[in-house]
Amino acid sequence: MISYPRWKIALVAIVLVLGILLAVPNLFGEQSALQLARDRAAVLDGDRIAVEQLLKDKGVAPNGAFLEQGRLTLRFASTQDQLKARDLINEARPNQFTIALSTASRVPEWMRNLGLSPLKLGLDLRGGVYLVYQVDVQGAVKQLLDRHEQDFRASMRTARVPYQDVQVDYPLNRVRVLFRDADSMAKGKTALMADNRNLSLTDTSVDGAPALQLLLTPQEIKERQDYAVQQNIVILRNRLNSPELAVSEPQVARQGVDRISIQLPGLQNSAEVKKILGKTATLEFRMVDEGNNPLEAASTGRVPLGSKLYYTRDKQPVLLKRDVVVTGDQLTDASFQPSTQEGAAVSVSLDSRGAAKMLKNTQENLGHLMAVVFIDRSRDKNAEGVVVDKTSEEVINRATIRGVFSNSFQITGVNPIEGRELALLLRAGGLAAPLSAIEERAIGPSLGQDNIDKGVRAMVFGMLAAFIFMAVYYKLFGLIADLTLAANVVLLTALLSLLGAALTLPGIAAVVLTVGMAVDANILIYERIREELRIGVSPRAAITAGFDRAFSAIFDSNVTAFIAGLVLWLFGAGAVRGFAVVLMLGIVTSMFTAVMGSRALVQVIYGGKRKVDRLSI
Amino acid sequence: MEFFHKVTRFPFMNTRKVWYGLSALLIVASVGLVLVRGLNLGVDFTGGVVVETNFPQAPNIEGLRTALARAGVSNAQVQIFGSSRDILVRLPPDPNAKGDQIGAHILEIFTAADPGVKLQSTAVVGPQVGQELFVKGGWALFATLVLILIYVLFRFTPKLAFGAILAVLHDPVCVIGFFALTQMTFDLTAIAAILAVIGYSLNDTVIVFDRIRERARSARKLPISQVIDESINQTLSRTLMTKLVTLLVVLALLFFGGETLHAFSAALVIGILAGTYSSIYISAALALDFGLHTDDLLERKLTKPEEIDGLP
Repeated sequence: MISYPRWKIALVAIVLVLGILLAVPNLFGEQSALQLARDRAAVLDGDRIAVEQLLKDKGVAPNGAFLEQGRLTLRFASTQDQLKARDLINEARPNQFTIALSTASRVPEWMRNLGLSPLKLGLDLRGGVYLVYQVDVQGAVKQLLDRHEQDFRASMRTARVPYQDVQVDYPLNRVRVLFRDADSMAKGKTALMADNRNLSLTDTSVDGAPALQLLLTPQEIKERQDYAVQQNIVILRNRLNSPELAVSEPQVARQGVDRISIQLPGLQNSAEVKKILGKTATLEFRMVDEGNNPLEAASTGRVPLGSKLYYTRDKQPVLLKRDVVVTGDQLTDASFQPSTQEGAAVSVSLDSRGAAKMLKNTQENLGHLMAVVFIDRSRDKNAEGVVVDKTSEEVINRATIRGVFSNSFQITGVNPIEGRELALLLRAGGLAAPLSAIEERAIGPSLGQDNIDKGVRAMVFGMLAAFIFMAVYYKLFGLIADLTLAANVVLLTALLSLLGAALTLPGIAAVVLTVGMAVDANILIYERIREELRIGVSPRAAITAGFDRAFSAIFDSNVTAFIAGLVLWLFGAGAVRGFAVVLMLGIVTSMFTAVMGSRALVQVIYGGKRKVDRLSI
Repeated sequence: MEFFHKVTRFPFMNTRKVWYGLSALLIVASVGLVLVRGLNLGVDFTGGVVVETNFPQAPNIEGLRTALARAGVSNAQVQIFGSSRDILVRLPPDPNAKGDQIGAHILEIFTAADPGVKLQSTAVVGPQVGQELFVKGGWALFATLVLILIYVLFRFTPKLAFGAILAVLHDPVCVIGFFALTQMTFDLTAIAAILAVIGYSLNDTVIVFDRIRERARSARKLPISQVIDESINQTLSRTLMTKLVTLLVVLALLFFGGETLHAFSAALVIGILAGTYSSIYISAALALDFGLHTDDLLERKLTKPEEIDGLP
């Protein structure tokens, strides 16, 4: 009997079963699908049931339907059904969803509900567009300083404190208020602190004149920059859900300090996307003109004096007063409050300038309707190369003013689902730092498929070669190695599926390379066993010695490769990162299969025998 | 089946001057090639625009060049990649160019030559991004070497560790020299391949060193050069076998993986060859010339007697 703990064999068996289970979703293949998203809101389970029922009634029942990250995916048996379903949904529920054509795995719903999903493919395999935007973080800090400057001037004016000047110094990140004498400076300080308690003002003097200085700390600057990048990510995510684009599974991620990367699988033409993503948006609060009929104004085209005609998201006309109460750049924060006394609400914070205007407005207009207008501006060059600005405005919310408020208030009357989105949108819309595209890669779908075919072919030939070699050179032990190599690929697939890491073409190459490395571990063990046999050790002892003694060499050699993978992962980007991930995971799985897996198999084959005369190695 | 029935007895240590010479030659040649010919840096590093197109029939490249020049696309490099039907157009970085438009523009010009042409991919990389990626790649190489050195120092004696690192350094130099020689496009995947080669080539060195340590402890009377020779010979079969299998799979990548993986797999092939050579002929020899002594390898045993039992 060769001894090997049973629990280790059991562990190998359990890991392998789990691995197969996790890898199985990759065997189902893909089907034509539709992806439904809603502009600035999530698609709900209720929508799923309604859409499924609708399609069932019309005879194009989807093969599967699931919600993921606020998007509804519907699978269809054929492309005809897919297109027919799209038209039906558009017809029955016009302008409600953004519908993108896409593909989805045939994985049954129960499997998906267990969290089992197939590998994600990188853009180089699926085709699509990859964009990297640079966020103008300096611009974001400049905006903050400018706002402070305006606030300071407003505070001085309101408190009637005489002052000489308010100076902004961008590279030094400071704002200074210059006074004539110490007395007015003291008054000024009281006025500024009254409007904003969180200011840290220091006394200083400029050319003999007393002055108050606000200096942004490095911490504040970093926070401001982080905030700008985060806000832009929110804006971009929201925009990618807009009906003009209809992209499936867009991915927006922060890259480094001041960059945002966007992956748009399946997209062909990046021009349209770039145009929409490059827009800067803002908000306005306006009072509703309740004295006139908006429908009449819309149909006759005659808008009452002092009012302006707007439309809501569902294309209802609204008349709003021309005077703007507060603009988006006066908005400092917005957050969603799911349960207030009056139901779900969105809390909004304004700066002192906005707060003063809001206070005056609410005092005068208690009980009246106030509207929130979303304004999207885009800047583009037309065919002649001239810069053209386009603006789109829509009313996203109307609510009754129920009390007097100034710098922070709640917008009630929002539904719980939309409230969250509205808060995001308010924050996002209010504070967009300028973006510029610095990297762009587009891979056509045929090239993606070509890459898959070639990658898979290389993998199959490479592995076949290794399999045959091992079986011929090490006989039964070679076959054991082949089994563990196959198990290694299964486990690697399982891990990648579990982690949701995207497989890229270099990733496939890493799978192939991992096979080479896994072979390495097996060969180390087998050569060691042969050596032991050669010096006359009994087969049983040779197996034990081979596995035990080779382990330190296997471990050391894998650590160095793992270090290389780790560094590559830290420094690399895009497809190269895919290589690093697979390399690292592959090292872990190959160590497990080559050391524990093949030891367990050897045990199963030779362990039960009372006497082992010779090994097939 | 077995290629090595008996343990070989190659005198690696006595002939090491020869192998040093060969290595020096390879390194000088590589550095010289890089200095003289330079590297054909990919768009990842230089910034700029690369547009890949596919034609139904092999087009006349001169015709495409003149068509581009006539349409006002200046400084365009037009070249074949992969098959003669795949045409790649490369443009230097231009701050005013818009990626999506340049792709469509080039496709338009090419459609006049052959209406069946398809746009395969476009890549637009800003010049500062390219610069950053290049610097990052350099740092990645450096960080890998330092981390691996630390690990090897921790696992082996300093003399062996420096021998290993110097020998490993030799491999990326050879790969870069190969890229300078063939003028193959040196891009991000080539850096990835070099890093993988560094990690992988150290495998063999570590295994040889492992054996040296083991032998030195069991045969303390033997001169260290003989211990090294025996250890390399004993592990030779394993070293060559594993490299052979890995080469098999990497060659599959080179021949079947397509154009995208071409530079990557080529770098791996050269790296594996150089790595195998350096770990057999150079790393242990360097350690010997650094004054490696049997005592260096026994030291641990004296201070930590439990280690020898714990060693597999």
